[in-house]
Amino acid sequence: MNELVRAIPYLGSRYPKSTRWILIALIAVAPLVTALFGNTWVRILDFALLYVMLAIGLNLVVGFAGLLDLGYIAFYAVGAYTWAFLASPHFGVHWPFWIVLPLGAAFAAFAGILLGFPVLRLRGDYLAIVTLGFGEIVRIFMNNLNYPVNITNGPQGINSLDPLRIFGWDLSRNIRIGDDFVINSLWLYYYAFLLFVIASVVLIQRLQVSRIGRAWAAIRDDELAAKAVGIDVRNMKLMAFAMGATFGGVAGGLFGAFQGFVSPESFSLMESIAVLTMVVFGGMGNLAGVIVGALALSILPEVMRSVAIPMQQALFGSVLLDPEVMRMLLLALAMIFMMLLRPAGLLPPHSRYSKPSLVLDKRGTEASE
Amino acid sequence: MITLLDARAISKHFGGLQALSDVSLTIRKGEIYGLIGPNGAGKTTLFNVLTGTYEPDGGEFVFAGAILPSGKPHTVVKRGIARTFQNIRLFRELTALENVMAGHHSRTHAGLFGILAQTKKVREEERVVTERAYELLKYVGIERFANVVSRNLSYGDQRRLEIARALATEPQMLALDEPAAGMNHTETNQLRGLMETIRHDGVTVLLIEHNVKLVMGLCDRVAVLDFGKIIAEDVPAAVQCNSDVINAYLGTGHRTHA
Repeated sequence: MNELVRAIPYLGSRYPKSTRWILIALIAVAPLVTALFGNTWVRILDFALLYVMLAIGLNLVVGFAGLLDLGYIAFYAVGAYTWAFLASPHFGVHWPFWIVLPLGAAFAAFAGILLGFPVLRLRGDYLAIVTLGFGEIVRIFMNNLNYPVNITNGPQGINSLDPLRIFGWDLSRNIRIGDDFVINSLWLYYYAFLLFVIASVVLIQRLQVSRIGRAWAAIRDDELAAKAVGIDVRNMKLMAFAMGATFGGVAGGLFGAFQGFVSPESFSLMESIAVLTMVVFGGMGNLAGVIVGALALSILPEVMRSVAIPMQQALFGSVLLDPEVMRMLLLALAMIFMMLLRPAGLLPPHSRYSKPSLVLDKRGTEASE
Repeated sequence: MITLLDARAISKHFGGLQALSDVSLTIRKGEIYGLIGPNGAGKTTLFNVLTGTYEPDGGEFVFAGAILPSGKPHTVVKRGIARTFQNIRLFRELTALENVMAGHHSRTHAGLFGILAQTKKVREEERVVTERAYELLKYVGIERFANVVSRNLSYGDQRRLEIARALATEPQMLALDEPAAGMNHTETNQLRGLMETIRHDGVTVLLIEHNVKLVMGLCDRVAVLDFGKIIAEDVPAAVQCNSDVINAYLGTGHRTHA
């Protein structure tokens, strides 16, 4: 719990108690409220949580360790396809989630290390280009591995993936209480994803305030100096890639289970860029910021989409601008304005890689025991 | 006195430029050893070869009785040599405290799974590291800035922080690359006091410095490097009278370094 408060300061004692309870209440009833506007919105919310997981995973690589990764979606793909292989009729294997998700995470971590080795010496733009290529390679593999042996079923993708079944309890079924009250499956997924997101935030926060988190920050700020204080830069970079990929892999597995269908199309370069945009928009290196960024950039375009069509019809009598086109345009505009007005992101990172409270009390003087 | 570091015929060239040729010197345990020389003499190159940033073309270092690995900075740190940089290199987004804590990296052991599970051992280590880092900030006299992001510190404090971070690696020898550069008289004097305290606490100091007055007053022995060669190695008083040294610094009739 301490980690949650440290990651999301609005939950802590520095803000009034009401902030905390409003936030908790909002998170708790979000699916019920959005359901009033139709279940599509709950689905969007579920996806938003998956994007949060992706964004905080990518933030670990880009924000903490300073390794610009444009192929992050590849790890999402690895997780999703692991789910598709091991929990679908495609190979006739139906393993439970507590085996498949960790396996997906492990494969993704392995992919992260595979990517990490060749790029150890690269930085900035060069690193971005190679990781971009890596992301595309994974996607193209998924697209073409249907011949001579059909592994991924090519561009058609894999169908009817098993839903998330928690010890026999199927999350994809609505629960009927009495005659007219129904707990929708989308709500169940929301709370399941929420648990995964909370666990991820706690784990990532633990990593940030630790020997490893400080080593990553050191490499990000000055690689030569990091070496000079005895940090094994090679291992730490590989660990950053592997850990970031792990969270991507878990999110991918959940995506497969939720969507019930995976195809290479879902893992395009645009998705990588979208996740990176969320990280940069929210505030690289700041967990709370990245979460806000992911929520904002995954929900707002959908709101725009639902508003844009009726509005254009009312104004011009026909739809002149396709919402999908507008989405990219608005994303680009949002980024440009952010770079001009708040270059460090919506919520800029406040360096917190230690717990000064261990030696200092709140006033900054020495703690007396 | 016991020899701590023995450099044996170190050579290094960059393309056609011979930066170091057969440099040999010995540093004894517990002394402050000065390394001086005109600009471009190869002082920093020697530093970089010693600390593993560059690999030498020839020769080897024997440190505390064993050969130092070349080209592996983090191993060299682990063996007990810490360094600072001529142009300050701090972890700019980290606070002063966190910079020093990062310096403890090679002396701590928290692993990935221990951190994720927050085992008792890891939490205890984190507490000890925080305390020790704070003690080191006190040692160099900047504990009141413990929670200030390091890029916001003043120049002199950044220098001190860099020394604290180097000391956090628990070195036997501390190598300082022009620590007094850009400092005013008061700051230089404080730095001098700090170096004497460090030596008094059992850490050998290797000092590269342009400030001849500081070197001559502080160091037990001094080596002079010129064009990649050691031209003198002795107590300060003797070095000052050495004719090669005077030539290197002031030039002879047909050889000048302006």
